[in-house]
Amino acid sequence: MNTIGNVSRRALFNLITLAAVVTFNFFLFRVVPGDPVAMMASPRMKPETKELIRQQFGLDKPLWINMPAMREEGKLSSLFDSQFYYYLRNLARGDLGQSFRQKMPVVELIGSRIGLTLLLILTGQFIGVLFGTALGILAAWKARSKTDVTIQFFGLIAWSMPSFWLGIILLTLARGYFPSGGYITLGVSYANTFEPWLDIARHLFLPAMTLALLLFGSYVLIVRNSTLEVLSEDYILTAKAKGLSSFQVLWKHALKNASLPLVTIIAMDLGYALGGAIQIETIFSWPGLGRLMFEAIGQRDYPVLQGVFLLLAVSVIFANFLADLTYSLLDPRVED
Amino acid sequence: MIETEYSKVSFFQQYSDRNQGVIGALMLVLVVMIALFAPWIAPYDPYVPVSATTEDVLAPPSREHPLGQDEVGRDVLSQVIYGARISLLVGFAASLLTILLGCTIGLVSGFAGGRVDTFLMRITDGVLVIPTLPLMLVIIAVAGRGIGLIILVIGLFSWPYTARVVRAQVFSVKERQFVMRARAIGVSSFGIMMVHILPQVLPVIFASATLDISAAILAEAGLAFLGLGDPTLISWGSMLNRAFSRGAVSSGAWWYLVPPGFMLVWVTLGLNLVSNTIQEIINPRLRTHHLFDERKITSLLGRLGSQLSSASSPRGTKQ
Repeated sequence: MNTIGNVSRRALFNLITLAAVVTFNFFLFRVVPGDPVAMMASPRMKPETKELIRQQFGLDKPLWINMPAMREEGKLSSLFDSQFYYYLRNLARGDLGQSFRQKMPVVELIGSRIGLTLLLILTGQFIGVLFGTALGILAAWKARSKTDVTIQFFGLIAWSMPSFWLGIILLTLARGYFPSGGYITLGVSYANTFEPWLDIARHLFLPAMTLALLLFGSYVLIVRNSTLEVLSEDYILTAKAKGLSSFQVLWKHALKNASLPLVTIIAMDLGYALGGAIQIETIFSWPGLGRLMFEAIGQRDYPVLQGVFLLLAVSVIFANFLADLTYSLLDPRVED
Repeated sequence: MIETEYSKVSFFQQYSDRNQGVIGALMLVLVVMIALFAPWIAPYDPYVPVSATTEDVLAPPSREHPLGQDEVGRDVLSQVIYGARISLLVGFAASLLTILLGCTIGLVSGFAGGRVDTFLMRITDGVLVIPTLPLMLVIIAVAGRGIGLIILVIGLFSWPYTARVVRAQVFSVKERQFVMRARAIGVSSFGIMMVHILPQVLPVIFASATLDISAAILAEAGLAFLGLGDPTLISWGSMLNRAFSRGAVSSGAWWYLVPPGFMLVWVTLGLNLVSNTIQEIINPRLRTHHLFDERKITSLLGRLGSQLSSASSPRGTKQ
């Protein structure tokens, strides 16, 4: 299989998944019982506003395809005069609708929150990967020793820990030492350009540590097991026989091969990390996308919920696609 | 001809020889007992409303209430005990659905191979990449918070991993001699699958089932914590939701915050220990390796230490 064919085939399958998610996202918010307008709009809205929503989403049109219009007008294009088409058209224009609680477009709302979620996820991932890899290799190298058992024990505990509970415990323990919520101290004037960053870092510490611990638990066990598997390969014996020290074998042969699964797992875990971030942001009032989603659930702000979910799903699918490509570049053995 | 079939006797023997497996199993038995005998163990019935005074609100542990009281004066210990029922119910019911779906798809995919396999694995990969918690969140937020729907949603979207693992195992089994022989004497495909392949795949299914249960329990807890649990039932997740949103953190009511989470960790840790043990038994490559030598390790550590100190000393002399 040539590389270009391979890449485009993978791209095609991911596009199909994406199309399924977009379609699902549309139908989930329409198929449920009740008037779609009543669901999309707050009951306190004026009739004119409701009518506007009705038009904006084409809610007076059929759901899927417009058969009557096609028969009447005799044009094939009238077939797509439907709600689903309006939804796709708005999506293509980058219009995710209007949040009716925040009085602004969903896209703007997401734009104002996404940076903080990225900051949280990247920091948490970085710390989690760093410690997970280092301790995972150490545990595999000294398999069945006390060090290994201790590392595995803490890895298992971190892995078994529900992220929200871990967050609550850290929050309770660190009361007074770290700010309990938000991302910045309100109503404070800073003396220099570094202080705002320091302030954000202080707010970031607890949520990022919670996420890092959560991911550490998953990474350390995976790295340990994949290193163990690599270390039982015959080329490790060959490397040993050549007279390389264990440290050299680990560094030059084991680390490289054992880190391969990690590429996929970091991408696959992005969904898991985002799920954790929703809970962690809720606990620490970190105003990112997860917190936005939580607020939207409470306020029944469906356009926001729909928009954030779509963005999360698209990012995870895209990350997996990239990981797939990276993996096949790194490991020539992967053909399919 | 060496064929590594798992004989049942040696599997259980190997399992019972491993401390972490035995500890994990005992941890689970304890929780199942608590759930089964909840009405006899719990000092109060947490579903019966209580008439409480302001002194009962988030009251610390006392003789009558060993784990204190919640924000409306109910006994926390009783809620923790009854909560085991909901968490285990969701865990077992949802993972049963997951395993049924995952096994069927994995077995069919692995056994049939070819186009059927490609088709099923594309679907599996498709479901695998959709972020599960956000997905469950939007479905339950829109469609309602009943326990049945929660079980259904968790079960319906957690199977891809199981399907992948089962498929891989079927692939490794189906070309072996005993399957070939069965095929040669005319056993039907279904018969081969049920009689010859399924038993070989069972340990793998069991290992991933334990992970499915813990994932389902954590998923329910996560949803309930975000306020999307069944409002009529008490689960560990819904307890933490109430504790967190009704000021248990600011008033430092650890007796309300710690026990439900501790139980969640207890169950998932038990399941993870069991799963880890099974994986170690069925994957011999996880047992030992070419660098594995106790004496060498200690001498190596010494050498590594001296290498590190010699590497850092030049910098020390320069200063």
